[in-house]
Amino acid sequence: MQISLVLLIAVLFGCGFYLLMRRSFLKVILGLMLLSHAANLLVFTAAGIVRDAPPLVHDSMSAPPAGSADPVPQALVLTAIVISFGITAFALVLFRRAYDVLGSDDIDELRRTET
Amino acid sequence: MLVAAIAVAYRVYPDHIEVLHVGKWSAPFGICLVADGLAAIMVLMTGLMAVLMAIFSMVTIESRRIKDGYFFLYFVLLAGVNGAFLTGDLFNLYVWFEVLLIASFVLIVLGGNRDQLDGAVKYVTMNLLGSVIFLSAVGLIYGKTGTLNMADLAQRMPDISNTPLIQASGGMLIVAFGIKAGLFPLFSWLPASYHTPPHAVTTLFSALLTKVGIYALIRITTLVFASEQGYFQPLLLVVAALTMVTGVLGAVAQYDLRRLLSFHIVSQIGYLLFGLALFTPFGLAAALFFMVHVMAAKAALFVVSAIVYYLRGTSDLKVLGSFAQLHPALTVLFAVPAMSLAGLPPLSGFIAKLALVRAGLESSAYITVAVSLAVSVLTLYSMTKIWNEVFWKPAPAMQSGSFSERPLSRTRIWGMVLPATILAAFSVGLSLAAQPAFSFALRVATQLLDPDAYITAVLGTPS
Repeated sequence: MQISLVLLIAVLFGCGFYLLMRRSFLKVILGLMLLSHAANLLVFTAAGIVRDAPPLVHDSMSAPPAGSADPVPQALVLTAIVISFGITAFALVLFRRAYDVLGSDDIDELRRTET
Repeated sequence: MLVAAIAVAYRVYPDHIEVLHVGKWSAPFGICLVADGLAAIMVLMTGLMAVLMAIFSMVTIESRRIKDGYFFLYFVLLAGVNGAFLTGDLFNLYVWFEVLLIASFVLIVLGGNRDQLDGAVKYVTMNLLGSVIFLSAVGLIYGKTGTLNMADLAQRMPDISNTPLIQASGGMLIVAFGIKAGLFPLFSWLPASYHTPPHAVTTLFSALLTKVGIYALIRITTLVFASEQGYFQPLLLVVAALTMVTGVLGAVAQYDLRRLLSFHIVSQIGYLLFGLALFTPFGLAAALFFMVHVMAAKAALFVVSAIVYYLRGTSDLKVLGSFAQLHPALTVLFAVPAMSLAGLPPLSGFIAKLALVRAGLESSAYITVAVSLAVSVLTLYSMTKIWNEVFWKPAPAMQSGSFSERPLSRTRIWGMVLPATILAAFSVGLSLAAQPAFSFALRVATQLLDPDAYITAVLGTPS
């Protein structure tokens, strides 16, 4: 399980960086999306994929019993997914608007602000 | 907000560390906010900038942008910046970074003319990439240590230091913050986008955003990766020197006032990193002093460039001219922060650079010191260029007889001159009060390089 996830992350990172270096807007956006998925999976996998008891705390206890799963990575990934969703939505609108106004979807033609 | 910042600073002065456990979850399980000397200085400067830039924005931002929520985003940005300065949790730092990034994304495109969109595409792409790298590093660190609280991390780090995984994740964090701070070779988005939004936005970004990146670098290298300093030091010194050089060379080649100043931001970041990379109390204190000085001086220069723009409707150096004849007061207002930035005595920039050079010589980082001195001369050269082109030479239009200036209302003029004056006065005041200010910076730096106090304050147990 872990090995296949690690391979998946590697593929996602590879494709993400490849797409990011392309010139077309759409490919850059797709690259960013793949990269954020890769990062989310990485957080998840690095924290360890194990089958453990749910971390429920009884009234009589102050900490979850030994052998329960760690809930923190899931909380982290959930936050990160929400953030990356919002940012991807924003980036899509921005790139669409940039395409409308600049009349090009080629990164190499964005030279107005360069020297 | 400035009042609250002063209150925080007062409680932290001189050596106390204030900790707030949000939701009463005790560290390291809950998220906590920590205000030590460094965070207090940064929050204080943010508060000062926030007030001055609010005045500046009120007179320069068009009503169409205000209607689109300019001031709302302004405060979201400030919330993100302050959160990033105060948090004591690595993942929480990521969240605050995203808060301020989203606000800055929208601020940079708000109004949406062609240049803004063009710059924003680069800004957004680069910063998202930085966030992804940051998040991956956070994940790796959590997987290895099982904690994200920075104090807790610092405590566990010596046991597992020098393993490739930790060094790799530390390197990823440095790359991520380097993108946000505008370090060589990751700075290219900065001069491509900072000059496109309205002047008030540029000023605010230049004063706060790159500094958040540097703050995060200081925090990470002195606290979490304190045991890896020897590993990262050579890299950071080389990067600092290259950042200084490329920034200033870019500036020298520019003929647009705001782009020139944007390149200077990069160059100044190099100086800050240089002070940090020495990892001595004196070097770090010099970097802190430099940070406060450069925030004020840089913002003052950007405000002056805004006044120039609003008077003439352009910021092209070749077209501008004869400000010294027509606006002598404005000329003084430019000269003070410009000379301070170039490091001429007796202004604050001179003291900051002198301290940096001394710290560098003490740690025998001779090459970087030599580079920083050469860059100083080039900074002076580019400031002289602005001086000659904008203030001293007669405007080309004057000779051809087509010279005209836009009339500005009184409130507009004062709304721009007031922040510039306060910032310039702050810069002068900093040089007059250099001794107490620097000894305070030295105390903060000593506190930073001895993370035990921070760990004890957060975790509540003597380590």
